[in-house]
Amino acid sequence: MIELPAIPNRCLSTGGEPPGTPLPARYNSSFAFGRNGVRGSRTRPRGDGKNHPRRCKLRSSVRLAILLVGVGSFPASAQDTPIAFTGAMIIPIVGSPIEDGTLVVHRGKIIAVGPATSVSISADAQRIRAAGEVIMPGLICTHSHIGGIGGADSSAPIQPDIRIYDSLNVRDSGFKRALAGGLTTLNIMPGSGHLLSGQTVYVKLRQAETIEDFFIRDADGNSLGGMKMANGTNSMSEKPFPETRSKSAALVREQYIKAQEYRDKIVRAAGDPTKIPARDLAMEGLGEVLERKRIVHHHTHRHDDIITVLRLAKEFNFRVVLHHVSEGWKVADEIAKAGVPCSVIVVDSPGGKLEASEMTFQTGAILEKAGVLVAFHTDDWITDSRVFFRSAALAVRAGMTRDGALEALTIAGAKMLDLDARIGSLEVGKDADFIILNGDPLSVYTKVVETWVEGRKRFDRSDPKDLLYAVGGYGAGRDQSPYFCCFDHPEGQ
Amino acid sequence: MRRFSSVIGLTLLASLADGPSAVAQVAVLGKTVHTMAGPPIENGAVLIRNGKIAMVGKADVVSIPDGFRILRAEVVTPGLIDAHSTVGFSGIFNHPHDQDQLERSAPIQPELRAIDAYNAREKLVEWVRNFGITTVHTGHAPGELISGQTTIVKTWGDTIEAAVVVETAAVAATLSPLAQKSDKGKSPGTRGKMMAMLRAEFVKAQDYVKKRETAEADKKPDRNLGLEVLARVLNRELPLMVTANRAQDITSTLRLAKEFNIKLILDGAAESYLLLDEIKAAGIPVIVHPSMQRAWGELENLSFETASKLRQAGIPVALQSGYESYVPKTRVVLFEAALAAANGLTFDQALATITIDAARILGIDARVGSVEAGKDADLALYDGDPFEYTTHCTGVIINGQLVSETPQ
Repeated sequence: MIELPAIPNRCLSTGGEPPGTPLPARYNSSFAFGRNGVRGSRTRPRGDGKNHPRRCKLRSSVRLAILLVGVGSFPASAQDTPIAFTGAMIIPIVGSPIEDGTLVVHRGKIIAVGPATSVSISADAQRIRAAGEVIMPGLICTHSHIGGIGGADSSAPIQPDIRIYDSLNVRDSGFKRALAGGLTTLNIMPGSGHLLSGQTVYVKLRQAETIEDFFIRDADGNSLGGMKMANGTNSMSEKPFPETRSKSAALVREQYIKAQEYRDKIVRAAGDPTKIPARDLAMEGLGEVLERKRIVHHHTHRHDDIITVLRLAKEFNFRVVLHHVSEGWKVADEIAKAGVPCSVIVVDSPGGKLEASEMTFQTGAILEKAGVLVAFHTDDWITDSRVFFRSAALAVRAGMTRDGALEALTIAGAKMLDLDARIGSLEVGKDADFIILNGDPLSVYTKVVETWVEGRKRFDRSDPKDLLYAVGGYGAGRDQSPYFCCFDHPEGQ
Repeated sequence: MRRFSSVIGLTLLASLADGPSAVAQVAVLGKTVHTMAGPPIENGAVLIRNGKIAMVGKADVVSIPDGFRILRAEVVTPGLIDAHSTVGFSGIFNHPHDQDQLERSAPIQPELRAIDAYNAREKLVEWVRNFGITTVHTGHAPGELISGQTTIVKTWGDTIEAAVVVETAAVAATLSPLAQKSDKGKSPGTRGKMMAMLRAEFVKAQDYVKKRETAEADKKPDRNLGLEVLARVLNRELPLMVTANRAQDITSTLRLAKEFNIKLILDGAAESYLLLDEIKAAGIPVIVHPSMQRAWGELENLSFETASKLRQAGIPVALQSGYESYVPKTRVVLFEAALAAANGLTFDQALATITIDAARILGIDARVGSVEAGKDADLALYDGDPFEYTTHCTGVIINGQLVSETPQ
């Protein structure tokens, strides 16, 4: 959502709809995190109800351009003939695993999935035998830093006008590694060294020449993304950064209240150009959070920091996903009660900082039992996208259910990005994002054999060029240094 | 009552005679026992007496004396060895008070003894122990040209004295941008300068040894603890463990070892797959970086298959948890070997990188690294393939003592 930077939100409602109209049902996806029954609905951006003809004209030309780009990025490849995968064990995530399953994809979508006996394959379809293999949805990483991220700088602790996509290198080898790990959708975020470090972007790892080719767009062509926030020690520092937890929350409150007032001024101006405040991109960014259009992805570790996030989310009625949640196990019931989902990191040992010193492999299991929607994330470069399955497997080791752990790599993440109507499971009508494995997804010995995005093969382990990124080796190196806090490796900063 | 006291008396006597390890006389029955000294034994038994392995064999051959506690497991392996770590030095909190792995006040400080800093009660020591790791080669981290000494410890014992296996195991050196200074006027600032400084220091040590041996009493140089340690490296009493990852740094490491006839252990070695012939010819063992080390900086070309390629070339190879400056504060060498097992090494070869081969490289194979009579009774028990992420470590035995039975 919200990628057309030059166009003010208030233009979006000039189609005559009143502010606040729900989007068509297929985009009114649940943010509810199913088990808690809290459902949110996305609404059209609220506007000032006035026409701004010049800007809107510009906007439609931009939309046309996007359409053209869209056409360009779906060439003939886009699968004029259906492809049918047969003989595989299919794990659709929604529904039970299917022995001897058939998956048929066409024009980037899933057109059939089920037991071989019940799926008919059209005569013109290309058939690919996948006996002995496992097919499941492409993995979704709700929290990644690959692509050469450069978000907010050190000038201020809250920078909602930062858009992470402005910094990304679509050719970065990190994306190739992610494909090798079976990832098809990522939420790429700026880092955690700020209370608010900028707007995140949801991407699909399509064949791409520019970062725009990666964007996931809504019906209006706007790219989708969330807002990255953090609390606890990473975002505390010397002035102008907060030195304490209270100050951290105070600075966040101050900015959201400013954004509320900015929004109210626009409403009160009722279209009178003399009364409309000057455009403020930072306030517009926060405005989208207040309107619940842009989900806050909140880095948080300690139990009390987690509760602070829940408090702020309630105060300002924003939608939030808790990320990392090292001490989420201590406040699992409170998180469940708030109906807030958790994107959990699994690393090899606790610590590295005080607030992560009581981290445990059991977090996923404990949150799952409490009824919280759980996803995992790579936090790549923290963990390597190529071993994302490990996070789920280690959680199973510590008591999480197998089904829950596989959902946590797929549909749960899709829900946390508001994309579960399109991705996260193998169901008819959903995007043809899937992976082929040569064994049990949770086994260390299993390899991702192929990764497909929207019906196109994007990773093939039998291709030496792809294999190089899957296992590493000379020439697999990065294209650019990532900017990343907290490590002391001179070549790595 | 009398009988009760005599039982206590006997127990006390036994304790006095055999030390604390006598507390547990244990027999371990494993559906599969990977001894690492021959093929795995199906339905095997390991008899432990007084902290040592007394007998290993088929369960129907080994008779278990009365009173022995019997532990059962699907899979039994030797206690795992982490061939290079910084646990006990680089603490869980990552605050200055628990970070003793690197002294930055000078680039060359071989006199820094690992035993003066090892924290036996560090939480991360317990963390790795609970996955079956019983022996760790740990100490000063990569980051300065010569950062100090390393030590080998068991992951059990409340003090360094109780835990130590080898007081000074190696001298740790770094030939990598990690050891370079970026400030103007500070050395070493380049690869060339790093080598020049190392050469100069070893020449100084040669000179020191010669003068201490030959000069008249009043002309002998003052004692220099750093040079004394380097002298032990020069006479091949102590290995020099050099962390080098880029191909040119590995080449320099081999050159240095040859020039001074040093017993070398190559550490890290990300690009070593480019130099298999050279490493093999030099007869150098390699402790490969963690499989899941981040592919950035000098490690950008690392490969999951490096351990496998070295092994295939006939080069002795071990794996390590390495050093982490942030998160995770320590890796678990079991998982690093697991990934190597999934990328070219056979199960046995991968297990060897964290047991017997690691022990040989570190020179401690007479005591640990395999399940054989006479060796320390260090065992790890699992409820399945130890490399599978979903398998649990169900018991850890160190010096004959059951130190963990909480499934991890």
